Order: sequence, then structure tokens, then C-alpha cells
Amino acid sequence: MNLETIIGLEIHVELKTDSKMFSPSPAHFGAEPNTNTNVIDWGYPGVLPVVNERAIEFGMRAALALNCTINQDTKFDRKNYFYPDNPKAYQISQFDRPIGHDGWVDIEVNGETKRIRIERVHLEEDAGKNTHGTDGYSYVDLNRQGTPLIEIVSEADMRSPEEAYAYLEAIKQIIQFTGVSDVKMEEGSMRCDANISLRPFGQEAFGTKSELKNLNSFNFVRRGLAHEVERQEKVLVAGGELLQETRRYDESTGKTLLMRVKEGSSDYRYFPEPDLPRLVIEDKWVESVRQSLPEMPKARRARYVSELGIPEYDAEVLTASKEMSDFFDGVLSHDVDAKQASNWLMGEVSAYLNSEKLAIDETALTPKALAEMINLIADGTISSKIAKKVFRELIINGSDDVKALVEEKGWAQLSDPSKLLPIINYILDNNEQSIEDFKNGRDRAIGFLVGQIMKQTRGQANPGVVNQLLNEEIEKR
Amino acid sequence: MAINEETVKHVAKLAKLEFKEEEIHDFTEGMDKIIQLVEQLEDLDTTGVEGTYHGITHHSVLREDKAKLEVTREELFKNVKTQQDGYIKVPAIMDNGESGA
Amino acid sequence: MAILDHTLEALHEQLVNGELTSLQIMEAVYDRIEETEEQVGAFLALSKTEALAKAREIDEAGIDPHNILSGLPIGIKDNIVTKGITTTAASKMLEDFVPVYDATVVEKLNEIGMISVGKLNMDEFAMGGSTENSAFKVTRNPWNLSKVPGGSSGGSAAAVAAGQVPVSLGSDTGGSIREPAAFTGIVGMKPTYGRVSRFGLIAFGSSLDQIGPFSRTVKDNALVLNAISGYDQRDSTSYDGETPDFTKGIEKGVKGMRIGVPKEYFHEDAKEKGIVESVRAALKTYESLGAEIVEVSLPHSKYGIPAYYIIASSEASSNLQRFDGIRYGYRADNVNNLDELYVKSRSEGFGLEVKRRIMLGTFSLSAGFYDAHFKKAAQARTLIRQDFEKVFEDVDFLVAPTTTTTAFDIGGQIDDPLTMYMADILTVPVNLAGVPSVSIPCGFSEEMPVGMQLIGKHFDEKTLYRAAYAFEQATDFHKQKPAFKGGK
Repeated sequence: MNLETIIGLEIHVELKTDSKMFSPSPAHFGAEPNTNTNVIDWGYPGVLPVVNERAIEFGMRAALALNCTINQDTKFDRKNYFYPDNPKAYQISQFDRPIGHDGWVDIEVNGETKRIRIERVHLEEDAGKNTHGTDGYSYVDLNRQGTPLIEIVSEADMRSPEEAYAYLEAIKQIIQFTGVSDVKMEEGSMRCDANISLRPFGQEAFGTKSELKNLNSFNFVRRGLAHEVERQEKVLVAGGELLQETRRYDESTGKTLLMRVKEGSSDYRYFPEPDLPRLVIEDKWVESVRQSLPEMPKARRARYVSELGIPEYDAEVLTASKEMSDFFDGVLSHDVDAKQASNWLMGEVSAYLNSEKLAIDETALTPKALAEMINLIADGTISSKIAKKVFRELIINGSDDVKALVEEKGWAQLSDPSKLLPIINYILDNNEQSIEDFKNGRDRAIGFLVGQIMKQTRGQANPGVVNQLLNEEIEKR
Repeated sequence: MAINEETVKHVAKLAKLEFKEEEIHDFTEGMDKIIQLVEQLEDLDTTGVEGTYHGITHHSVLREDKAKLEVTREELFKNVKTQQDGYIKVPAIMDNGESGA
Repeated sequence: MAILDHTLEALHEQLVNGELTSLQIMEAVYDRIEETEEQVGAFLALSKTEALAKAREIDEAGIDPHNILSGLPIGIKDNIVTKGITTTAASKMLEDFVPVYDATVVEKLNEIGMISVGKLNMDEFAMGGSTENSAFKVTRNPWNLSKVPGGSSGGSAAAVAAGQVPVSLGSDTGGSIREPAAFTGIVGMKPTYGRVSRFGLIAFGSSLDQIGPFSRTVKDNALVLNAISGYDQRDSTSYDGETPDFTKGIEKGVKGMRIGVPKEYFHEDAKEKGIVESVRAALKTYESLGAEIVEVSLPHSKYGIPAYYIIASSEASSNLQRFDGIRYGYRADNVNNLDELYVKSRSEGFGLEVKRRIMLGTFSLSAGFYDAHFKKAAQARTLIRQDFEKVFEDVDFLVAPTTTTTAFDIGGQIDDPLTMYMADILTVPVNLAGVPSVSIPCGFSEEMPVGMQLIGKHFDEKTLYRAAYAFEQATDFHKQKPAFKGGK
């Protein structure tokens, strides 16, 4: 049997707002349990939700970045289910009028571009967190309850775990560029569930799907799906029948485990939230959000390659995060060689960020400073060796005026012939033997002489200039 | 449509309510009468009529995104019967397919 | 005249000119309660110590002559949350529940210095029309102690009718202010949906619920509505428009006004003829005051009961899911797992009528029934609302009986939910349309008070108060007092 894999992803993304979706409690991470909560988050009797304007704006930003159409007459609905992390026993979500619908992203797998359609992007509130104890109890923390979320639902357009991986990466990157979320899977600000089924090639109807949960990293998504393909294939090839199951990825074995078999669909009894008036989004709001969208990673990559002549791979790395890409564009705005800028960001800067576990906007380095430094190397003011020192200074302490810094620290190269010539002649005067050697064709001698000059200038002499002047002076003798 | 005991049991399950076996019968009968009453609506032609789901006609009420804390954890916990170390303590959660957002 | 026979305005005047102190008024309130409460049973809890302390405080600070309600007493229905004061909604579910915040209306009353006397009995979670569904006690109708005071705000109505408090707050989802006002011969206003913030009102039917005042006189009622109205940032469904002074121009009369009489609301063959007769007589009074009477039709009102019971119950089924035994409220003992905690806490904590509504609502929203029930009801609601909007193009307000019967015997109907539901036939269309309606006393039938409701345009409570005031000035039904007779 020749089977085709069908995958759709549901991605939850937490929005980086100051307050929660429907209550003014802080929507921040890392507080003591149940401290970032109020009566609304707890679902106390009598409380009412009020919509956070920025959450709407962020939802719209994300939806527009994913090429969705905005539902300008939208509303909220209640999704009813009991669970301790869901205090009202309903989640305020969007049912039939999601903020965005009919979008798409392009992914690239094995050098080929493929368009994955996005069915919808809707806004909702996150649930709290249950921690399961070993003592027969669970412990509920409602800090996360009410954090604004968007759910991005793809069409079942992916045909392999690799495509799913690429799609997830593309979504992460685009959302990160919009600035509405940290999109960190390891911190839970991006979460992914997958629906996967197999069918014989040529068959139109979908096979029985399973839903995969607990895919807490990019690799788990790929491995979990790959395992699920194998598992379903085995059953189907053996002539067996699949059940509609919810399965959980087990990171220790790399396998998926049965959580439960679904009996019919869950009955969430969705209905329009009577406490929240419908939301009409004016054209001008949509337009202003559209205008404020940054250039997306794909467009930036294309620009870097075609306009700046940056290699594909480098362009990829430079657009891995909006911060890096913005930084690069910032450096370029200071009239600097693009390749040099790219090399510095890919080399020294990345190495430093990796070793210090920092993001570029968490350092003291500014695009202007890096550009100045690169230009100081180009015009010979500093050597590439000294540049490493300058760079460390810039990334740790920063500087508004790199040239002044270089001068103040005495890091500038000695390139002025009027200053270098006396030193060169002094060295030549004291090393007659080396001049002889050189004239007899022993090239090593010149290296020795340069070394002496560098030593005399404590490394500050510009080696290019020194070489040239040295040759000229020897010729004269 | 007449409602039967199976439906009543199913709805009770959704609503997290339980009725004694002998109550189910009476309850089904009572529910059936009420549902017959509400099914008078079947006579009404509502073709092309938008539903009204809100008490008001105004729309688009939004709040500025500004965080503030209004009440302490101690106060919020005043009515909690079982708690530990700042957490609300509940019997072990059996996964029943309803978790998560 | 006893202290509590005065209107709010008269009490205020006496406070300002020093004839009375707030403390004296509060003491009179608690004396009256002591004297009558055993018979009436209006209160679930009294906050005497706090109330007397607050009265002293206000007396010491001196009465602000411009703040007419300062230092005056009010009773509060027990589904309105009061910080630090047990709020039960008359349910075993919330028997020990102590709110950690004040409802917006309570905040507003506190700010102007009105003093809460205590919390008033009601049907559990406001579901019912007799206050017999309270988990805690029976409230009796002061006009005949063997009869119900109506509901769900039965405690709020009985306390005012019995002279325990001059005014009180209730809530009205399908008639829960107007019906008990009619049954106890007082004034009860269900304001336009959105006029009063619902923040802190324990939700029943969120798109229908509205808080409103009870009083013996029309003007007292308007004064309290003045105090509790207004936009609230915490309630997105509250009205962001102007809040007028409802007493301003109240005495201007009805001359030249057009009064609509919806023919569907007058059942001439009803079993209690006295009601329709009283309302017809009231219409004559209005005519004599210079108003014009016009017959109008609200053809979809007959679908009010089914639409209302589906919508209110569906919303309630969702609103009441938060009562799960975890964060507050009743928690069942000896449970083995989470599901048992839910099911047992809810099954033991809720009363029968509440469970009935949760079941109906859950059913109406469930897969396969949503379209035929919930959606259909929402569409019927649109047609009902449009009926009202249409007739209001032609008339200033409507007049109809509030109820189909006067107060019935305690225990008389409680076992027959269908009859109980049908009793709301004249009140629920108003909630579905969201329009304001005030019930005022307009006569007696078989020695029990009859109520007439004036129904107005959205946010036009002012016209209703003006018309109600005109009728009150022309009649003396509001001056009659119950005799506390009948069984106990």
C-alpha cells in the first residue's frame, strides 16, 4: 500500500500584552503562584470580562502577517468545559467569526516552495496551569489564566513531518517579526497540536486521524509525527483499522502514547458571549495595523540576496530573528559594506551572543557603533586584530563615538609615514644584517624586521603601511 | 420531539449533575413538558432573521492595555477550602479530554 | 407619622434640619424589622452593627444638604455581592461565601452614604417567581402571610411592603422585580438593559439581568435609580450615554402623551378578572389626566415564554458552571476524584429548580439542538424586540398588567414548574427587548394588590417615572398598608 501523509497543525501563541485578555491583571511570566490574578481570573461570582484593546491589535497584526482576511464584524463566544485550570468552566474564545481567516504561508522543503493555507486565526484566553502531584492531588496556579492567545489553525495541507516542521518554523518566524509574541516553545509561549492521518495515494477522503499533544519543541513535532506515520502505516498495512485517538508524545522514548479514544466530537456548547458586545473593527484600524507591519523574513531574505549579494545561507541566518534582521538593516543604514556587516554579525556577534546566552538587543552594541567600527577597519584606522578588542568594548560597554573611543584607548593603527619612518629607519639602522639577508633573497628577514617595528610600536603600526614603507626604505639603502 | 431518559442522562453528564435513578424518570417527564412548551417556537417563521444575543446594541467596547493588581492572593484564597503553598489543591485530575485551551 | 412612613425626601429634610439623625432612622429600621421579621422573613442577614456605626459616622460628619440619600437605609438582594458580607444568592452552594469585592451598585451606594441594612431573600440564583426556591427560608407577603411575595426578588419587595426599609435593590431577568412589586403593592423598576452596571450581580441570564429599585413611592424609586445608574468600565454592556436626573420634570403630568395598550397583554377571560379591571380603570384615570389611549399589537410576545426560558436557561447553564466546589462555595465531602468533586458538589449544592434550568439550558445549547432551540429563540427575540421598537414609533409608553394573577398561596404552585413559567408571560418580553418597565400599584383584586406595568422606550425611564408619578398623585393605592393578616 502506498500511503500519503496528511498533517494539519493547531498552533497557540501567547500575546505579549501588559495585562490579560479580559482582566487588568498582569500577563507576565514567573510570578509566585496565583499572585498575578484577580477576581475576574478566578471567575468569582458577579465578575465580567472587558476586552483588552492591544490584544485585538496584536491578533490583527498576526492575522495580517499570515495573509489572512480580517473579520471586521467579529465577536467572542463561550466554549464550555469543566477543568480546574478553567475557572469559569467556559473559555472565552471565537467560534464562527475568528479575527482572521483564509491566510497562507510559503514554506521551503528540499528547495521547493509550497504554500500552506491557514484556515483561521482566532483570539482567546489561556487557561491556568495544573501541576500533578504524586500525592493524589493536583495543584492549580491561575497566573496564566486569561493571558491573551491566538490560535492559528492550518488546513490539512502538509504531507510530511518535514513540511510540518518547516511550517512551524515559518509561523514562528513571522509571528516573531510581528513582535506580538516571544514564540518560545520551551517557555510555552508557542504550543502546537497536530492532526495526522494517512490515506492511499489518489484517494480523496481523509483517513482516520489522530491528534498529537505534548509536542513541546520543534524536534518533538518532527519526531512525534514521524513516529505516528510509522505507527499508522503499520496498522493500515496489516489490514487493521485506526481509531480516532488523542495521543501524547513521550519525549523519553520518542513514541506517541494513547491518551484516549475520541467518542464523537466534544460538545463544547459554543454560544455568543453575552457579556461582550460584538466588535466592529473600522477600516482605518485594519489599515493602520497593516501599515505598521514590518517587512517579513521572506521578503528581507530576498532583498539581502538580490540587492546586497549576501549568500542564501547568510541571509537565512540574518533573518532568523527580527532583532538580528533589524540590527543588520540598522548597520546598513550607516553606509557600510554589507558583506562586512554580515560577516561580523554571523561571526563575532553570534559567537558572543551564544556564549553569553543573550539576544542582540540585550547587549550594549548598537548598529551605529558596529558600522563605525567596520568603517574604521576599512579605512585602516584600526587593525582587524585590534578590532576584536574594540568589538568587546562595544558589546559590553557600548559607545556613541567609536572613533573617539579608539583614540582615547590608543587603539588606532599607526599609518602616518611621518611617524612610522623614524621608527623604521631606527630599526633598519640597528639591523644591518637583516637588510643584507633580505637583499640576498632571504624573505624571512622582512618578517623579522616587521616584527621589530610592530614591537617598537606596541602592535599599533599598520602592517600594510609598514610593509610598503619598509620595502621603500630598504631599496634606498 | 419527545425527550427520553438517555438524553437526560447525557445532558446531566455535560452539566456535571447527577440524579438518582428514581429521579431521572420524573425529571425526564418534567423536562419533556418544558421542551414541548419551548417547541412552540417551531411555529414561528424566522427565515432570514438575525438572532439577538446581547441585551444592548452598542458595540466595540475596549479597555486600555494597562496591568494593575487589585486584590491580594490572601484575599482571593479566603473562600478556598483546600490549598497548599499558594496553590489551589484539587483531587487528582483524570484526563477526560477537556484540558487545555 | 412614624419615621419609616416618610419618603426619602422627607427623611432627608429632617436630617438636614436636625429633627432626625441617621442613627435614629437606622434604629427605627431595626426596631421595625424586629417587630415584623418573624412574620415576613424578608432578610437572610442583617448588618446592624456596621449599619449603626456608619450612621453615627455620617451624623458626626454632618449631612450634606445636596446629597439626598446620605444616611438613609436600603436593603440589598442577596445576589448582589457585598465585600466581607456573606452573599448566598439564597443557595446552599454559596452558604458560606464571602465576596472579596463590592458590586458596582454597592460601591455607588457606599459613596453617597446610603446604609445597607442587610441582605434580602430571593429564589435561589434568582430562578423563580415566589421566593419559595430559597434554600434558607420562606418569605411571606405582608398583605396576606399565607401568600407568596412573588419573586425572585421576594425579600426585597416584602421588606419594603412591610415598612422594614423605605427602599431596596432587586434584580429582574424575566420579571423578578416587577412581579413581586405587583404582588406586594409597591413600585418596582426594571431599568433598560445597560442602564445599571451588572458588575457584582451574580449572573443568571447575562443578556437579560438588570438591577433595579423597589420603593413605596415613585419618586423614591427614581432617586435610587439616579444613584445606581451609569456607565461602568467593568461592564462592557453598560450604557455609555447620558444618565439623566430621573426626578427632574417628574411632576409634568401625562397631558398629550400617547399610551399604547398592547391587546395581547389583556386577557379579558383571565381567571382573575380583578386585574384586567384594575388596569382598565387605571387607563381611564390616565385619560382623565389628558393622555390618549391607543390600542397596539405586540404579535410576537406570545413567543416570549419559550424564547425567554431557552435564552435565560442557556446563559444560566454556562454562568453557573463556575460553581464547581474548587475556589469558593459548597464542596462535597468524601470524593475520590475530580469528576466526583464536580458532580457531587453541584448536585448537592444546587436546588431542584436551579438544576432544572441548568438541564434545560445545557440541552438547548447541546450539539444537535442548538439551532432549533437557542438560535431559534435568539431569532424570536429579534422579532419581539422589533415589535416594541415599532409601537414606540407611535406611542410614548405602554401600559399592561404586570401579572396574570395576584399573589398566590405559599406551596400552591411550587410543584408545577410549567404554571410557574407561564406566570411570567407578561413580564419576559420586556427583558427580551431590553426596554425599561416599572410596575406600580393600581388596585386590589380579592384583597390583594394589583400591579400595572408601564413599559418605555430604551433609556426612557424618565417618561415612565413621570407617567407613574402622575398616576400615583391621582390615586391613593400607594398609601394603603398591609395588615399582616392570614396564616403564619
